[in-house]
Amino acid sequence: MTVVTVHHVRTRLALHPLRSARPDAGSERPLLLLHGLGEHTPHSAPPVTDPWPGPVWGLDFTGHGGSTMPKGGGYTAEALMADVDAALGHLVPDASAGPATVLGRGLGGYVALLIAGARPELVGGIVITDGPGLAGGGPAPHSSSVVRTRPPGPAPATPDPYALVELARDVRPGDYATAYARQAVEFGPVDNPIAVATRSRPPWLEAIVSEPGVVVEPVDAALARYAR
Amino acid sequence: MATQTSDAAVPRARLRAEPGGGTYPGARRPDRHRTVDSDGLALAVWEWGEPDAPPVLCAHGGFDFAGTYDSLAPLLADAGWRVVCWDQRGHGDSEHAALYSWDADRRDALAVLDSLGTAPVPLVGHSKGGALLLSLADAVPHRVSHLVNLDGLPSSRSWPDVPEHNRTRMRRSELTGWLDHRRKAGDKVRRPGTIAELAERRGRMNPRLDPAWLEYLVPIGGYEQPDGWRWKIDASMRMGGFGPWRPEWSMNLLPSVGMPVLCVLGLDIEVMGWGTLPEDVEPMLPSRGRFVPLEGVGHFVHIEQPRLVADHVLEFLA
Repeated sequence: MTVVTVHHVRTRLALHPLRSARPDAGSERPLLLLHGLGEHTPHSAPPVTDPWPGPVWGLDFTGHGGSTMPKGGGYTAEALMADVDAALGHLVPDASAGPATVLGRGLGGYVALLIAGARPELVGGIVITDGPGLAGGGPAPHSSSVVRTRPPGPAPATPDPYALVELARDVRPGDYATAYARQAVEFGPVDNPIAVATRSRPPWLEAIVSEPGVVVEPVDAALARYAR
Repeated sequence: MATQTSDAAVPRARLRAEPGGGTYPGARRPDRHRTVDSDGLALAVWEWGEPDAPPVLCAHGGFDFAGTYDSLAPLLADAGWRVVCWDQRGHGDSEHAALYSWDADRRDALAVLDSLGTAPVPLVGHSKGGALLLSLADAVPHRVSHLVNLDGLPSSRSWPDVPEHNRTRMRRSELTGWLDHRRKAGDKVRRPGTIAELAERRGRMNPRLDPAWLEYLVPIGGYEQPDGWRWKIDASMRMGGFGPWRPEWSMNLLPSVGMPVLCVLGLDIEVMGWGTLPEDVEPMLPSRGRFVPLEGVGHFVHIEQPRLVADHVLEFLA
């Protein structure tokens, strides 16, 4: 299966098919994996996704893995949310395909929450798991900082150093996260569309975990629920 | 010389000594143009005044470009300053970027500041550029001698001239509208028109400004093709939006500023403005802060009253 190139304005995103739907599963509903900060899509579908009946995909965020690296940084979690929306444009081209379930690690878990709130009709449940970049920059800004870090020589390979710096400082207020969670719950097609499977709980996650429609459960239980 | 936009090569705006373009009373094109490399992204930098005069760095507002300083900058240059202003990423003749953020704008500003040497420099910023330079002064106070803020102190939650990621208002329609726009923005080009039509469009967001001034701006911030003029600004940028940002996060930096600060506020509230009132600013002024509220002036203080604003700035920098 070949990697799909998804266009997101000036960025070319690598969308990896990790495996096809299970034979006779009768479901083409995709499961989309989102990696953590500084990571990339794994080379094969992780074992925890084995029971998923539909196809399994993984997206490399802007500046990560096989996706292109922009000039001069400028990363925000909202821009990565739009990366995922571009991927959903491929995975869920029309309503008949059914929504995609999203499984995110760390930063990818936060981005999963954002896209679930912003495109609730395209997302059939998310699972948030531990991983790099889960906390982001906390609920309020730190003192201002500005660093220019152009290493000598050719442009560095992914992950983009600016992604590592900027997305580790990305501010995530609790009420901001809660607004996305509420939209996912109100407008999404499945019940209890947010599963929290993390052991650590940064403030944005602590803020949403008591919201109606947010369930604390292991990854396999959440995926089994969304697969129904 | 052409800009590196995603579209075809676009000619850069003209300099004072170059032919073409229109005129406007008191307005003068820059004397020099150069390019600063901000981690691979090409920024167009414009200068008025003698090259060996002491520099002052200016920042324009969101959806503007350096040419919007064509009225104020000559007055500062004629008083002995080397006035430096850059087109922010995606604006004017600077390169269009894949990503836009407050961090990226601040780093671009530092790249331009670095091109002026290491001695502390006065900063002048309007609107979004004012808030941007306030955060730059907070980050690198050793590089900043004076800070001038021209109607760039947010206090309202409804300001259209900030990048979309910098706003807190979030409704589902805004989110889907923004995502829908990004799905289409890859091949989007701006709508062509005559100079008068582009000026009229801009006038909707700048209702207090002279239509002749807006027409003067078109050959600077726009370019002509067989089917008409278009604004150069990146078509993937969009007014309105959402994000975790809170206006008080910017204002909260003001009391901590250690260098002399001049805050100029236009008291006539308008569409592109920030809705900030004197009582929002006064309690936040640092000990070396000077506050100048201007009656009967709107958000674009330096365009509506260039002589008055230049006199305040020159006296402050003296």
